[in-house]
Amino acid sequence: MTGRRLAAVAAGLLVAALLLLLPLTLRPYGLYLMSLWAVLTIAAMGLNLTLGYAGQVSLAQGAFVGIGAYAAALLTTAGWPLGAGLLLGVGLGLLVGWLLGYPALRVQHHYLAFVTLGANTLVFLVLRNEDWLTGGVYGIAAIPRPTVLGYPTDHPLAFYYFCLGVLLLVGLGLGLLLRSPWGRAFEALRENPVRAESLGIDTRRYTLLAFAIGSAVGSLAGAIYAPLVQYIDPSPFALGLSLALLLMVVVGGAGRFFGPGLGAAIAVLLPEWLRFSEGLYLILYAVLVILVLVFLPSGLVGLADRLSARARGEGR
Amino acid sequence: MKRRGLLSAIALLALAAPAAQAAETVRIANVIELSGNGATVGNMWKNAVEMAVEEINDAGGILGRTIELTHFDTQSNPGVSRAAVQKALDLDPYVLLGPIYSSSTKVNMQLAQQAGVPQIVGSEASVITEMGNPFVFRTSLSQAASMPKLANYIRDGIGAGSVAVLWVNNDFGRGGRDAFVAEMEARGIEVVADISSEVGQSDFAADVVKIKQAAPDAAFVYLHEEESARFLREARKQGLDIPLIGETTLLNQKVIELAGEAADGVKGHVGLSADAPLPSIRAFRDKFVARYDTVPDHNAIKGYLAVYAVKEITERIGGFDRQAFADALHCATITLEDEPGILIDTSWDRKGDVDRISFLAEVVKGEQRIVGTLPPLGVGCD
Amino acid sequence: MSNVLQLLLAGLATGAIYALVAAGFALLWQTSRAINFAQGEFVMLPAFFVLAGTEWLGLPFWVAALLGLLLALLLLGLLFKRVIIDPLLPQGVLPVVIATIAVGILLKESVKEFYSAEAQPFPALTPGGNIDVLGAVLSLQDVAVLAVAGLAILAMQLFLGRTRLGRMMQATAQNPEVAEILGIPTRRMVLYTFLLNAALVTLASILISPVYLAKFDNGETLGLVAFIAAIVGGFNQVRGAIAGGFLVGVVDNFGAAYVSSDYRTGILLLLLIAVILLRPEGLWGRAEERTV
Repeated sequence: MTGRRLAAVAAGLLVAALLLLLPLTLRPYGLYLMSLWAVLTIAAMGLNLTLGYAGQVSLAQGAFVGIGAYAAALLTTAGWPLGAGLLLGVGLGLLVGWLLGYPALRVQHHYLAFVTLGANTLVFLVLRNEDWLTGGVYGIAAIPRPTVLGYPTDHPLAFYYFCLGVLLLVGLGLGLLLRSPWGRAFEALRENPVRAESLGIDTRRYTLLAFAIGSAVGSLAGAIYAPLVQYIDPSPFALGLSLALLLMVVVGGAGRFFGPGLGAAIAVLLPEWLRFSEGLYLILYAVLVILVLVFLPSGLVGLADRLSARARGEGR
Repeated sequence: MKRRGLLSAIALLALAAPAAQAAETVRIANVIELSGNGATVGNMWKNAVEMAVEEINDAGGILGRTIELTHFDTQSNPGVSRAAVQKALDLDPYVLLGPIYSSSTKVNMQLAQQAGVPQIVGSEASVITEMGNPFVFRTSLSQAASMPKLANYIRDGIGAGSVAVLWVNNDFGRGGRDAFVAEMEARGIEVVADISSEVGQSDFAADVVKIKQAAPDAAFVYLHEEESARFLREARKQGLDIPLIGETTLLNQKVIELAGEAADGVKGHVGLSADAPLPSIRAFRDKFVARYDTVPDHNAIKGYLAVYAVKEITERIGGFDRQAFADALHCATITLEDEPGILIDTSWDRKGDVDRISFLAEVVKGEQRIVGTLPPLGVGCD
Repeated sequence: MSNVLQLLLAGLATGAIYALVAAGFALLWQTSRAINFAQGEFVMLPAFFVLAGTEWLGLPFWVAALLGLLLALLLLGLLFKRVIIDPLLPQGVLPVVIATIAVGILLKESVKEFYSAEAQPFPALTPGGNIDVLGAVLSLQDVAVLAVAGLAILAMQLFLGRTRLGRMMQATAQNPEVAEILGIPTRRMVLYTFLLNAALVTLASILISPVYLAKFDNGETLGLVAFIAAIVGGFNQVRGAIAGGFLVGVVDNFGAAYVSSDYRTGILLLLLIAVILLRPEGLWGRAEERTV
């Protein structure tokens, strides 16, 4: 027991040191990748809440990232601080996510996948076609980076630490949420909705909440994606991003707290590792996803757990 | 004379610094669509760039330095292209080439600007040279430069009083459509149908019906290659018998191959074409075919002459200063006499846009045929 | 008037393809509760088997088409069931959804990498030429598509309804437990539906590629539209899915012509969401008894 805790603490310290110190040695490209990883991790953590903990499949997470990104881009280019864009993005994410939760009350599983998939494409069409608001296909350029507590984040390193800080806050918030009665209600929802109902859990309310909060976290990620890339147009927020986020959650380990972080790291780094293979990396990634699903239903984080459990078993 | 001075300078350098090995190369980074939907156009560009670099290196490099060329893949994705440019800039290149997709260029061009690295792109969207970026250049006509030529042709050559426009609803199509409609309005030609279509759209029955209902004198079609082919087949099937007008893509060899007979009779304006009736372009085409076993398209020509523009301008400024390079390329004119590798006389303006002759073409029996040559717009620099 | 007829006929010709794809989709769902998010890529792929046969091996078209069918039966039928569906289905629908999304990416990227990223012309089944129907124009290819797809649908309905094997498959689809008790080899029946699906997508592929060209990313739109067709028509009724295919083909054309071309895809998606919320069993489906 203590051995396990010690190992966990050691692993945690190692990751923390990596996240804090490694960037000091990186060039702007490496910093960009790490910032992107942080943003994707946040978006995937939101989806993990909806999918992994509450068991509601959503193929619209990419659209929520888009909603957050547009909210932030529109407000900050109009001279507002990023905080305002963040609030607007999260507010919109909550609202639209809540609305999207309604179909989940009526239909399940594959139907829900289609409803959310349809919703994702509808959001994309609105972003593209309503150019009076969004700039349409021309997008929004020159999105400023925020000033945090008096420090400008124009330098890639400063912006990375900003992303990391947001990731930390989101992780903390979600961790607390999952330990609260709400979190336990979400898991009860996933395990057995009927039983949850009989235990007096308002499944209707918690389903909507799972969608709304998970989506709002996606929008939050979008609101820091916009100042990261400094130019947005509708194309990154089409269905592809939603699918990619879904695969990240599954590969990392759905319903595992650190799953999204690992899944996002693989998605960001795999093309780097497989540079020699050029176009092959997507093929290998797809194969990896299938292998994980067939052999490791609890994802790579689950594999790590199992391996450490086995190591302990042998040590005994 | 010039060369000997140079050689001795290099010899001096070599004596002065044992690490002069590094100084003898100059790095050019090519950030381009090597995978994803843009892989076809990106590989044309990449192959032509490689060919040009090899030729220049075989002939002694630029000012005696060998070009060291590195490719970066944007995966045809704007977000990835930004990362790729960042990565390329970490190598401290002299000049950046690419990308072709306008959506990618718009995302990454600020990075090159901040780093003060000249970037020669293959994108044609007008907006790229209108953001006041002093480091961005093209080697092909922008949509804003092509559309006036096309509009004049529709007014004078076709004699149309009304047109329909069918465009693909992304930044390429929308940009072309906006520039086209403005030119039509300026000439008092009525746009009677304005139809958007989707990337990857397969069924064009509704689009053709809409054009027929509007009964225009001509239709301007601004789609990607395979959508162009699908549209042409449907138009042929429904017997749409008005002139179908295109800008570069619609008259492309790939479209002709895919659409078959349905492409016959298509007319329009071509900015750069491997079929242009110029000896320099013919020679380039033959070299390219001999090397890669496929006919080069306009993207290949764009990439090839970008490398030769780098060579010529660098020789004019006599060194490898990025700021001086950008300053010198603005308002420069490079003729075939200056540098045969430029393929076609080209002038740059203050914004980084090019001006040069271009062509009117028709598809006849499955071949793109150049039927006329249009003079440069002659906007000049002052 | 001739325009309306033109849109209707074009919509039906495209709809016939959607109907084939949607029918296979519904069959899989009925017999095995397997949902195939790669169905669009399944339609894209056989055309490339055929092209590989004619271009690489120099085979005549019909031999290559047979080879394509054989490969499709093996890879998209047998292998797909054994490697993806069998291990994952016991874990629930969700892992199957995700795995088939990954299969879709795998097929698409493989074609792009190993064949070509460019659209390819595909041999036509009929000579070029058009026929005039009350002022509207149909190409011979359209006629062939309608005829072949129509015959295939008819044959499939007869097979499912009139033959012993077909009835056993239907019984398996409707109630596997009872079918098992009646002595029907349900496992083999499930395999047969996977093979039938592979045959349907191959047919759709060969019919659609001459008109719309063969390209690695064709499955994206096609798969989505076929899903919409299956759900709108009725996910648990092959007949419903077929009707949905024709409906969606026609609605798409009329929507683009008379409502909005900007929101062309949106019209179908709104139809989908409305049907799911108001009549989840589909317009022509039967209500599914919920087991919880």
